[in-house]
Amino acid sequence: MSAVTQSEVSGRISLEGVTKKFGEAEAIKNISLTLHKGEFVALLGASGCGKSTTLRLLAGLETATSGRVMLNGRDVTKEGPAARNIALMFQSYALYPHLTVAQNISMPLRLGRMSALQRLPGAGLLSNSVRGMQDAIAKRVLEVATTLRLEKLLQRKPSQLSGGQQQRVALARALVRDPSAFLLDEPLSNLDTQLRGDTRDELRALHRRTQYPFLLVTHDQSDALSMADRIAVMIDGQIAQLGTPKNIFETPANIAVATFIGNHRMNMVPPGEAELLHTAGGQCHVGVRPEDVRISPNGKLEAVVESIAFHGEETILRMKTQNNTTLRTMLRGTQSLPSQGQTVGLAVEQSAMHFFDRQGQRQKVPQ
Amino acid sequence: MKLSNIIVVGALAIGAAMVLLPFFWMISISLKPQGEIFTADLRILPQHPTLMNYWKAIVETDIPLYLLNGVIVTGSILVLQLVVTIPCAYALAHRDFMGRKLFFGAIVAALLVPFHVTAIPIFIGFAQLKILNTYTALILPFVSTAFGLFLLRQAYAQIPDEIIDAARVDGMSEMGIAWRIGFPLCMPTVIAFAIFSVTAHWNDLFWPLIATTDPDLATPPRGILFFRDQESGDDVGPLMAGAALITAPLIIGFLMAQKRFTQGLASTGLKG
Repeated sequence: MSAVTQSEVSGRISLEGVTKKFGEAEAIKNISLTLHKGEFVALLGASGCGKSTTLRLLAGLETATSGRVMLNGRDVTKEGPAARNIALMFQSYALYPHLTVAQNISMPLRLGRMSALQRLPGAGLLSNSVRGMQDAIAKRVLEVATTLRLEKLLQRKPSQLSGGQQQRVALARALVRDPSAFLLDEPLSNLDTQLRGDTRDELRALHRRTQYPFLLVTHDQSDALSMADRIAVMIDGQIAQLGTPKNIFETPANIAVATFIGNHRMNMVPPGEAELLHTAGGQCHVGVRPEDVRISPNGKLEAVVESIAFHGEETILRMKTQNNTTLRTMLRGTQSLPSQGQTVGLAVEQSAMHFFDRQGQRQKVPQ
Repeated sequence: MKLSNIIVVGALAIGAAMVLLPFFWMISISLKPQGEIFTADLRILPQHPTLMNYWKAIVETDIPLYLLNGVIVTGSILVLQLVVTIPCAYALAHRDFMGRKLFFGAIVAALLVPFHVTAIPIFIGFAQLKILNTYTALILPFVSTAFGLFLLRQAYAQIPDEIIDAARVDGMSEMGIAWRIGFPLCMPTVIAFAIFSVTAHWNDLFWPLIATTDPDLATPPRGILFFRDQESGDDVGPLMAGAALITAPLIIGFLMAQKRFTQGLASTGLKG
């Protein structure tokens, strides 16, 4: 059979050609994705692109219509979430409101280690082995709670905690059982800006310490770019591009990815008009990030300034060319701003241009 | 105080008085010595209050037995109703299966059918099975309840999907989720349902009258009838004391549960 050794196989989870249909609609189209041990992968996409479904397929909350889900070399396609031992942190944290923090955190361990009979209230009074288990679980809960600074809150109910504390409880509940992979569904979207930055660092540190395969699902590209080792950009139920953040930012594989990634949407000049920027533009779309567009009297591409938006450190101009293509440029400083209605020439360094063929695929153009 | 307020409070007071008067009269008579009950002049309050009637009702009649029967029957009905209803409500609210909508539609339709319509077929069926005149006959027809299913399904539907999924990821079985997550979160609704169920079956006269003839099986309202038939033609005092004893558990129970009941309704308990 295959020559993969056990060590290569362990701590690896993958989707192999997975398709998921809801009725007739295909939510996920033939996706393949592997998470390795020690890796932090972000699944990035707009809402409704199928990224949450991908996460649920990995966790075992949905069953694939076709294709396989592999965990450490074992086919788990038909197995439920319990058998996969995958930790999942939900967007709403999904804490049990009627249980204390300690009970919330210990739930996966109690369910995993103890039988229904052993979980009955009072079982610890009757049996030494049950008491031993309870002590071991309490010890582990305290350990995890301490690393997440929750040890003082163990007897509280979730409704008595702040948003950040609730999130740490959700993290603790996920981490308490040594999971085979750790999936995070939009972990930062419920936090305010201040807490977001801290939580990013905390998640990165957590990942480095634990070395579980992490999968972060997010619609926020700055989360993905700043935290992940690899990013899978999902568009319309398919992975449009898979690569390092740098790789995806610098060489987007197609127009869809190019216009999705980046703080400001990439300008896309259609074939024909793009010839004014580069000779290859006759047959190609030319993409330019707003920060790379310069206003220059020598620029051949001319556009009328439509609006000027001041953003503090930068100013964003929205312009329209003769062919009605909207372009944006980002200017630093406030000196020598053109006025509204003025026609300006635009120039772009060739190294800042991205070329895409008429089908939208990335094109190599000789420099 | 504004005039409109006076009118409103006055109207409410008259309404309350009309509702409470029979109860008050019952309590009053139950505290009167026999000689005072049938006097020509109408007296609201007993002149020589006595607990003799209660003593008689407890010691000389079968009312304690009727109360015990009431506890057995309503308790069994409630417990079995929950055993059947909780998993069904969870499945209807949070699981996908063929005919789910059809089942729910059928339950809503069943809400419209009064029990009296099905009583005769059930009676005939029980007669064939030879289980009339048993506790089973008093309990079994009410174990499945369209009302309870509807009420609890609506409550279970309020539980966010993510909490259910979190429990699945934690390794909880579906039955476990229904009972250990859903049941505590739906406690306010469960209590409301329990109040409805216990009141309805404690006070039910219709079905015990049809299904049982054995005085040893009589539930409280049925028992009162036996009591009246047999001995109390002119012994109204103990009869009223008996009636007071029979309504007391409901009133005490409601007063005790009222706080949790209204508390539960005020906060959904699902935040966080």
